[in-house]
Amino acid sequence: MTIFEATQGILNVKQIVKTFGHFKAVDHVSFSIEKGACYGLLGPNGAGKTTTIEMVEGLLSQDSGDILYKQEKRGRRFYEEVGIQFQNTELPHYLTVRETLITFRNLYQRKMDLDELISLCKLEDILHQDNRKISGGQKQRLLLAMAIANDPELLFLDEPTTGLDPQARRHLWDIVFQLKSKNKSIVLTTHYMDEAQILCDTIAIMDHGMFIAEGSPHDLLEEHLSGASLILPSAVKDQANLEGFPWPWFIVRENNIEIQTQDVSSCLAELMSRHIDLTGLIVRPRNLEDLYIKLTGQALRN
Amino acid sequence: MVFIRIWALFVARNKEFLRDRSSLGWSILFPFLVIAGFSLMFTENSRGMYTVGILGKTMSNDPGIEDQLQRFQKTRFLVLVPFDDFDTAIDKLKHHGLDMILSPESGEYWISESSPSSYIVEKMLLSNPGEPGKGFAKRVIKGREVPYVEWLFPGILGMNMMFAGLFGVGFVVVRYRKNGMLKRLSATPIRAHEYLVSQVLSRVFTMLLTTAVVYGGCSFLYHFTCRGSYLLLLLIFFLGAISMVAMGLLVAARLSSEELASGLLNMIAWPMMFLSGVWFSLEGSKPWVKTLAQAFPLTHLIEGARQIMNDGAGFWDIRIHLLVLLIMSLVFLALGSLFFEWKKH
Repeated sequence: MTIFEATQGILNVKQIVKTFGHFKAVDHVSFSIEKGACYGLLGPNGAGKTTTIEMVEGLLSQDSGDILYKQEKRGRRFYEEVGIQFQNTELPHYLTVRETLITFRNLYQRKMDLDELISLCKLEDILHQDNRKISGGQKQRLLLAMAIANDPELLFLDEPTTGLDPQARRHLWDIVFQLKSKNKSIVLTTHYMDEAQILCDTIAIMDHGMFIAEGSPHDLLEEHLSGASLILPSAVKDQANLEGFPWPWFIVRENNIEIQTQDVSSCLAELMSRHIDLTGLIVRPRNLEDLYIKLTGQALRN
Repeated sequence: MVFIRIWALFVARNKEFLRDRSSLGWSILFPFLVIAGFSLMFTENSRGMYTVGILGKTMSNDPGIEDQLQRFQKTRFLVLVPFDDFDTAIDKLKHHGLDMILSPESGEYWISESSPSSYIVEKMLLSNPGEPGKGFAKRVIKGREVPYVEWLFPGILGMNMMFAGLFGVGFVVVRYRKNGMLKRLSATPIRAHEYLVSQVLSRVFTMLLTTAVVYGGCSFLYHFTCRGSYLLLLLIFFLGAISMVAMGLLVAARLSSEELASGLLNMIAWPMMFLSGVWFSLEGSKPWVKTLAQAFPLTHLIEGARQIMNDGAGFWDIRIHLLVLLIMSLVFLALGSLFFEWKKH
């Protein structure tokens, strides 16, 4: 018995492949999602995330490989029990928020209680507003409400917070936390590393149609990155003499200097020995964004 | 600054249009097709603007009448259709299939008093008088004549339903496919045929509602009556509406360009409007034109509705029209479901 066969995840994807012409968009990708877990799929544009997700959602057919939902091939039950939130979906014109929710609930046999749905997605204040007159954050909450109208067991969220202001993002995160607390399984694609780090139990980083790393955010950081980053403000750039500095350093956003080190104490001692002004110095642990850039080279490619 | 913004959008839109090969190709091809179609159907030799039935012999022994007939026949845009049977010809005239009947043998002519075309043809005839007192003599139609507005009205209703059905659904489906709304629906348990049926029913409901309002309003204003059963009229409008909407859905089954959809829908709508007898009868047209007209659902809708409203026809009289509309609806719906795609390519 293989590991795959032994897995009792709600969703098991095994060796799926998708080719468009001569371009292999997804190349033997496998993963498994446990009940109640949030699985994050990260990667630069064109990495194959959307193709992978659309195959799992049943919108695209795979060239080869298997996709099992609750250990079975996906049938009508799959569509009854999953919820999908696409990025940038248009809403029905001329309908109010409430009418939209009612319409989508009625497409399913199983339904989440309407009041609970409205309360969970914080839609009380805009229930009677025309879909065309709601803000970006409200639209994302409505799209999420439409995706969970059937009280799904497995939820796909495709970049749900892209383009939202920080407050609206936090609102979305709160809803996702509540869904996780209800033991819902979630597949999340996002470009925001902080979002993935906060929401996901497991993440997979994808590039060129393949998974290049998979695991919990903590384990991945442990495995691929350790130590910390020291950020020196741009004001010290000209005076700083970093020639022959023992640790790697880069010019980053706003002309700040970032130094990556395993040994913060020695690094600070070296900086002081070079009489560099440490006013405004920030020391932060290495995060998922560092890992992402390291693995995908996205900073160079984009 | 305003000009720069306008110019920027002007250039961008032009690029969009010119790079959408299908729409560009269609916008060039469509006028050619219309011109070609009209030149085939409405050449002077094949179809005139006015149709005159010639009863019995085509020549008169009376020199005065023969002289008037010869000069009248030289008038342009007339088509002369021979008839042997008086009753058949009169029936065509009563139902605006003919604009005039001439009997060279007896020196008589008949027109429909309520038809604008009849009025003009009579003026043409009388502008070519024979010797005084020796020309064609006017005779009155015996029995009931269908008033022109009552003959025209089912055609106008049918045409309205055709545009509402084709564009009201076809166009919306294409827009929903383009903006991702259909893709969103595809991620629910709904099946393609369920979605299509819901769209058909919704549109048919609104079409029948608006048709009822137009019918009521016009009936009040022009005081005409339906001589047949309202229930039967509702049935033929229902089937006609379904066939039009299903046809629109079939056209929109895969398209994601609104401009191409508009072109294709126009290509269907315009020939139907001209060849289904909305404005004029196809009496005197070439046989292939009449045969082609039978392939259009609008023809059956209008002919059936006219028979019910103008002649009080019953279910059995219009069974062929009902059957054809039913078959067309089922075929269009089946093909539409078969070819339907949720996502744009």
